[in-house]
Formats: sequence, structure tokens, C-alpha cells
Amino acid sequence: MKFIPNSSIKNEMLKEIGIKKIDDLFKDIPDEIKIKELKIKKGLSQQETEEKLRKIGCKNKSYSDFLSFIGGGIKPHYIPSVVKNILSRGEFYTAYTPYQSEASQGFLQAMFEYQSIISEMTGMDISNASLYDGKTAVGEAALMCTRINKKSTFLIPSNISWEKKIILKNYTKGSGIKIKEIKYDMKTGKIDINDLNNIIDDNVSGLYIENPNFFGIFEDKVNEINGIVKNNNSLLVCGVDPLSLGIVKSPGEYDADIVIGEGRSLGNAMDFGGSTLGFFASKKEYIRQIPGRIIGMTKDLEGRKSFCMSLQTREQHIRRGRATSNICTNEGLCSLTAAVYLSWLGSNGLYDIGKKNFENGQKLAKKITKINGFEKVFSSVHFNEFVVKCPYVVDKINKKLLERQIQGGLSLEEHYPDLKDTMLIGITELYNDEDIDRFIGTLEEVI
Amino acid sequence: MYHSAIYDETVLNEIESQKKYKIEPIKKIPSSIRRTKKIDIPDIDETQVVRHFTRLSQMNYGIDTGIYPLGSCTMKYNPKICEEITRWPCFSCTNPNQHVSTVQGNLQVMYELERMLSEITGMQYFSLQPAAGAHGEFLGMLLTRAYHENNNDKIRDEVILPDTSHGTNPASASMAGYKLIEIASNNDGTVDLEILEKTLSEKTACFMLTNPNTLGIFEDEILEISKMVHKSGALLYYDGANTNAIMGKVRPGDMGFDIVHLNLHKTFATPHGGGGPGSGPVGVKKRLEKFLPIPRVIKKQDEYYLENNYPDSIGKIKSFYGNFSVLLKAYIYITLMGSDGLKEVSEIAVLNSNYMKTKILKNKGYEMPYKDLRKHEFVLSCEKLKREINITAKDVAKRLLDHGMHPPTIYFPLIVKEALMIEPTETESKKDLDKYIETLLKIADENPEIVKNSPKNTSVKRVDEINATKNPILTWKMK
Repeated sequence: MKFIPNSSIKNEMLKEIGIKKIDDLFKDIPDEIKIKELKIKKGLSQQETEEKLRKIGCKNKSYSDFLSFIGGGIKPHYIPSVVKNILSRGEFYTAYTPYQSEASQGFLQAMFEYQSIISEMTGMDISNASLYDGKTAVGEAALMCTRINKKSTFLIPSNISWEKKIILKNYTKGSGIKIKEIKYDMKTGKIDINDLNNIIDDNVSGLYIENPNFFGIFEDKVNEINGIVKNNNSLLVCGVDPLSLGIVKSPGEYDADIVIGEGRSLGNAMDFGGSTLGFFASKKEYIRQIPGRIIGMTKDLEGRKSFCMSLQTREQHIRRGRATSNICTNEGLCSLTAAVYLSWLGSNGLYDIGKKNFENGQKLAKKITKINGFEKVFSSVHFNEFVVKCPYVVDKINKKLLERQIQGGLSLEEHYPDLKDTMLIGITELYNDEDIDRFIGTLEEVI
Repeated sequence: MYHSAIYDETVLNEIESQKKYKIEPIKKIPSSIRRTKKIDIPDIDETQVVRHFTRLSQMNYGIDTGIYPLGSCTMKYNPKICEEITRWPCFSCTNPNQHVSTVQGNLQVMYELERMLSEITGMQYFSLQPAAGAHGEFLGMLLTRAYHENNNDKIRDEVILPDTSHGTNPASASMAGYKLIEIASNNDGTVDLEILEKTLSEKTACFMLTNPNTLGIFEDEILEISKMVHKSGALLYYDGANTNAIMGKVRPGDMGFDIVHLNLHKTFATPHGGGGPGSGPVGVKKRLEKFLPIPRVIKKQDEYYLENNYPDSIGKIKSFYGNFSVLLKAYIYITLMGSDGLKEVSEIAVLNSNYMKTKILKNKGYEMPYKDLRKHEFVLSCEKLKREINITAKDVAKRLLDHGMHPPTIYFPLIVKEALMIEPTETESKKDLDKYIETLLKIADENPEIVKNSPKNTSVKRVDEINATKNPILTWKMK
């Protein structure tokens, strides 16, 4: 039998330990619930399995088959061969959580480097080793704010992704945290500061803002927002697109307390939306309140530099019901991917890729809004995603585009009723002028 | 003699950088957020990147390196074919937001995987959204709350767990807002029915149980437990960490469990990746179906769709559809193994465990409290070694590293003193099991000084973990 070497010698082993038959090992299971066989197909050979999966894979279209300009977070990026190569090393990907430090120095050091790079990029003092994704990170951040200042209302802008809102609600329900929404400015697409001033009160534990926000827009009144939040003795949580940080300030520079985001774009494949990588960084003073694993540098008995899991007393395997989070298995390999990818990019590469994404975003927006019937919905500066108003129903436009091997933007109407006939368009460093022109040409053709 | 690779590998930021930082602030970006300061990450050459991480990898132990019998973690071999297929662009280069007509293959995988997992566990419906076991538990608790609230049963705010439960169980229940009641196990190491009956009340929302439990013992009174829990109006939750012991033999659904989570990164051979990504799908019985997360994959006339229209759904707990790459690997694994293979997996996993247990206990040194018959794992105690020669479970674990073998889980479950929790899995050969047994026994007889001062053959000597927490250095800037 595949991957089960002792299948062929089981009788010998049974004999050696004085047991007659395999079923005797299961005699403590009540007879009335024992089953004979599962009703699933018999196993296939490796070759047959590969053939079967090839047929299934053919029913998908990937970005190598067509151009994709869909916004909403997940977009195709260039993944350097170095990343794929290092990540296929079995020593890394077949390891467990590094409970035994002496046998896990490689992974531990890489996680320490990941934490260091994330801290540098976000302008925070410390980072954990990962959370499930950028959206659950908002939930964990809200819980952490309440742990820090014992206040129980958490503020969010009304224009964050609908998924994020619903995940946040589920994460905070149990601890009785109230979520309140701040309006966005219909002209600029940014947070409505008057509304923030009206809503903020003594019970507010923290405010979550995004830079760029879900509409792709840079939130530039950060100093003003931070002032309002700090005057109220609340915390500022900031969500960022890591690939923008080469060209925009680290949230630490405008005094954010916690910085989070989705790190999948840092060298990880799209994988139909998962695996994902939630990064989570904060100021040093909140060190004991951070959720998830943290790796620390220490010494071994002979005084050599070494690494291990640190501050484990926050975690569920020690503190059980009083842990800062229930998270155990996280997204370790995705953090490792990010570490390799960011080492390969370096600070220069991070600037270049940020610039390329920004410029492609500007170029595409400029060209689309020249087409009759398309206009930019918000006046503010955007990064690599933006919202456009279309001449008619988005689904119809997308259908025609799809027939011509192009995936159009994300329709926003369903979850943002104010934004009828609008699509969220996204572009990355992956596409060149020729690709942009093909998209524009096709858009002109279909309407 | 075993020796791990040793490199004095500098931390990344100390590798000398040849390139100059050359950024020019971008004027079109509003000045209040425009970057003007350098990000302090090194600019090194690709050759250096590859050497750095290759050396690090050589100072890391994985299943591909050797035996890894961590109890409760099911460290089995991860078939290479699953890795390769998952990297094919037709799967890895698909966007979760692209039109459903262009991802029919992905949806087929998810739809069929849900059906397979339902059959394996005896549940009716599955959600593939949770990213890990603990995330599945958290979803299970949200479903529990939705169920009771839907019944207008609002005073149920307690979750009961045995003292052998995984740490994530109480943490997940507590995160969902439940009060915890831990109950002591009986002399067999299983649930004490008398205590359970007394603890259950109209305030109980759920009883969380692992079966076989963390001692590797099958809860043989499970049908009575199930009757008792349901009589009180509570739900019965199955922590599926130990499913590798029972596939094709018995199913949680038939035992009476209402909610089940599985760990695809344990039972279904997807790699742990140094601590994730994982996947913790949750299965439920019919009466809980309407609360499952959205979107759900549905099939109409051979076409697959993502359906959001479930008004009673708890919503979402993770972006998109879960960790699809992990789901795909598990799907490939189940396709390879089939019904016959999965049954063989559990039979041999249990055989290997009982083989090791019997052979180790034939010798003096280690003891095994509680019931004799174990499933896929067993828990030894080093209490006698500690008493007689001052050797602890941690010492034994560290000495195993000197032999190039990964230690068992230690100090868990909490009811066994100086615990060594051993789960060999079905993918280890008898020869490797024998070598492991022999080494464990040798350590018990060895000069205690050598054991105390181990490990010696690893890339670093015993690591000072207490210092790491007392004086935390968590980034290169904090050095």
C-alpha cells in the first residue's frame, strides 16, 4: 500500500506483540457503530491521479490563459524562481511548529528575519510570526485593543470590504465588543472626519483605517485622524498593502499603534484565495497582548546565538482559556515565503515594485476614463486599484470581456448600494503597456 | 553518529550589501504619506539569498529528514505528487474573484472534497473555510451559539471539556464568549460519566471531546456520553485531531457528534509548513446546516456555483473559501488512497503505535498510566526516571535529537506527569520504529550526565528559552 511500509509485514508485527488480528486493536469500539467500509472510490495510482487532476485543472482558466483586472485584494503578481525553489525544500515545508528549537534553528531564524522585515516596513517595534489572513487580523486587532484599554467599542470605516466586516463581527461577538461604522466621503472616498468626530466617545477602544483603502485610495489625513484618536485615549490600527510601503510612509511614522494586513502578495501564489498570510505588528509596549506566535533571539548553553519561540505564556498551549488568541497552526510557510521574497527584493526592489504598481494604476485609470461613459468615482489619489463608474451594468460588460479572454473589475453594487454600475479595477507590476492597451481596446469594443 | 549541519549563519541584515539605496520620493503621492525615509531591509544579491536560506534549511528538521512522532500532530509523510499538482498554474494562478465559469475545476474539487469528508466522518454537510484546527473549533463554537440562539435558548453560556483536552479547545470556546468547565478524567483516563452528568445542565451549550482522546484511548462509553449530552439539550463537539486512528473503522457522526472539525494537515497528509498553512474543515448534522458559513459550493446540472443566499448563516470567518491549496492537496491524497487505503492508514497507524508501546513497556524505565489498549498514539511517563536519576521528559527529548530523531510531544496531556506523547503514524517502517524504541530505551540506561547535557549533535546546544521570554529580542533592531 502507498506510503505505508508496514502493510506487508503486519502479521509479523502483530505476532511480535501477541495480538491475533488487527481488529483486536479496535475491540473497544462499540459493535453497533463499527463500519465495514467507507463509501468512497478505491484508491488510484499516482499516474491515474495525475491524469484525473489534469482533467479537472483544464476546467479552470488561470492568468496565463487570460488577462485579469479584478480588484478587491487578490491580484496576480510576479513570483521569482528563487522563492519557489527555496520553498520547495522539504526541510522547511515538512517541519512542524518549531517546539524543539535545537532541531528548528533554520525556520526559527527565518521567522525572526520575517518579523524584523515586517517591523521595518510597518514602522512598528515588533511583529508576530503570522495570522490566518489580513481579514482575521482585523478581528484579532479589535480584541487586542480591548485587552489593552478595557474599552469596548471598535470603529471601522464603512467602506472596508464586506467580508472584513462580517469576519470582524464574528471575531468580536463573544467578547461583547460593539462595532460602529464611520461614513466615507462620497466625493473623495476617504474617511469622513466630521463623522469620526461625532461618533468617537469614551468607550472607543480603537479605530481601524486602511491605507490604501478598499477603494484603492490613499488616506492622507492620517495625522489629523491620529490626533483625534489619541486625544480620545484610543488606539490607531492601520491596515496596509505591503507592496505600497516602498513608496508611502510606514504607519509607524504617523504613530499607528498596531499595523496589519494581507501578505499573500509577498511571493505567495494566488491559489484561488488561500493560503493567505495575515501580518500583525505593534508598538513594543503592547508586547504581552499580541496574538499568535512570536520568535525570539536568545543564546544556547555555550553562549551561541540561537532562536526559539518566545512569550509562549500568552498562547493557548500554556494559558488555555486565558490565552490572547486561540491560534495554534498559523501560516508559517507563507511567512517564510514573504521573508525570502522580501530578501530578494531588498529596499530598492520594494521601492521599484511599489512605483510600478502605482504607475500602472495611474496609467490604467487615465486610459479608462478617456473611454466614453467611464469615469473615476472618487477624486483622490489611488494606488493600484480604483473605482470606475461604467456606462451600464457591470455584469454585462464583464460577460463580454470574458468572451474576449479578459476578466473585468469587481462589481461593487451588491455590497455597496450607493455604488451602482461601478467596478473596482486592479492592476499590478505583472502587466505592461501592451496588456493595458489590449484591455482598453477591448473595453472600447464591447460597449 | 548523527550530526546536524552547523552554520554560523549571520542574520540577514548583517549580510553585506553592495547596492546603494536610490529612491526618489514620488511627487504625485500626498506629502503627508509620501515615503522619504529608507526602509531598513538589506539589498543583497540573489546568490546570497539562495545560500542564506539553503543553509538555514539544512539546520531544520522535517518529515523529509526523518521520523517525527509528535503526539497529536500526525506527522506523516507528505506525498510529493500533492505538492506538484497544487503548483500547476491551472490551480495556483486562479483568482478567488474571477467568474465562476472559469473556475469550475476548483469548485469541483471543493464540492467533491466536502462529500468525501462527510462520508469519512458520517456528517451531512461540510464547510471548508477554517484555516486550521483551532479556527474550525472557533467556527464550531459560533455554530453552537447560532443554534441555541435560533432555539431561543439564551441561557446556555457554558462549555464543558475534559482535563485531557487540547489547549485550543478552551481558548476557542473562550474566544467565542463561553465560560469553561473542565472535568476530571476517571481512572481509565476517559470521561467520568458521573461527573459529566452532574456538570451538564440547562446552561450547557456544548461538550467538546476528542475521540480517541489525547491519551490515545478510545472513549468506549461514547454512546452513553452522547445520550447524556443531548438529553441536557447541549451539543456534542468532536475535535478531529485524532482522526488518523479511526478512518474506515468508526465515524464521529455515528458516535453522536453534532459538529466535527478535521485537520487536513494531520490526517490527510498535507504538510505542516513549519506551522501552517493548515486547514480545519467543519462538518455538521442536518439541523445545523443552515448556520454554515457562506459562500457554499452548490451543483446544478453539472455546473458548480458559489451560493451566498443563506439568511441564517453565521457569515464568514476567513477570506474567500479557506486555504484552497491545502484543500486541493487533501483531495489528491484521498483520491490516491481511496476507501481501502484510508482504512489501511488507520489500521497501520494503530498497529505501529501499539507495537512501539508494547516493546517499550517490556523494559523498565518508562511507565504508562491509565488503560492499556491505545489507538494511534500513547503517552509514557518519565516520572520514574526523574525520581531515580533526575532525568526529565525534556532531557529525554533533547537526547533523542542527538540521534537525529525528532522527540515526541512532551508535557501533554497535563494529567500525565513528565509525559512523552508518541504518535508514530502509518508512514514509518518497522526498522525505523525499532531504532526509535532502541534509542529511547538506551537513553533511560545512559549516564544521566550525558542526557542532562544533551543535545550535542545539533546546530546549537540547549537553547535558553527562559531568557528569550525574560529579555525578548524579537527583531534585529532589538539586538
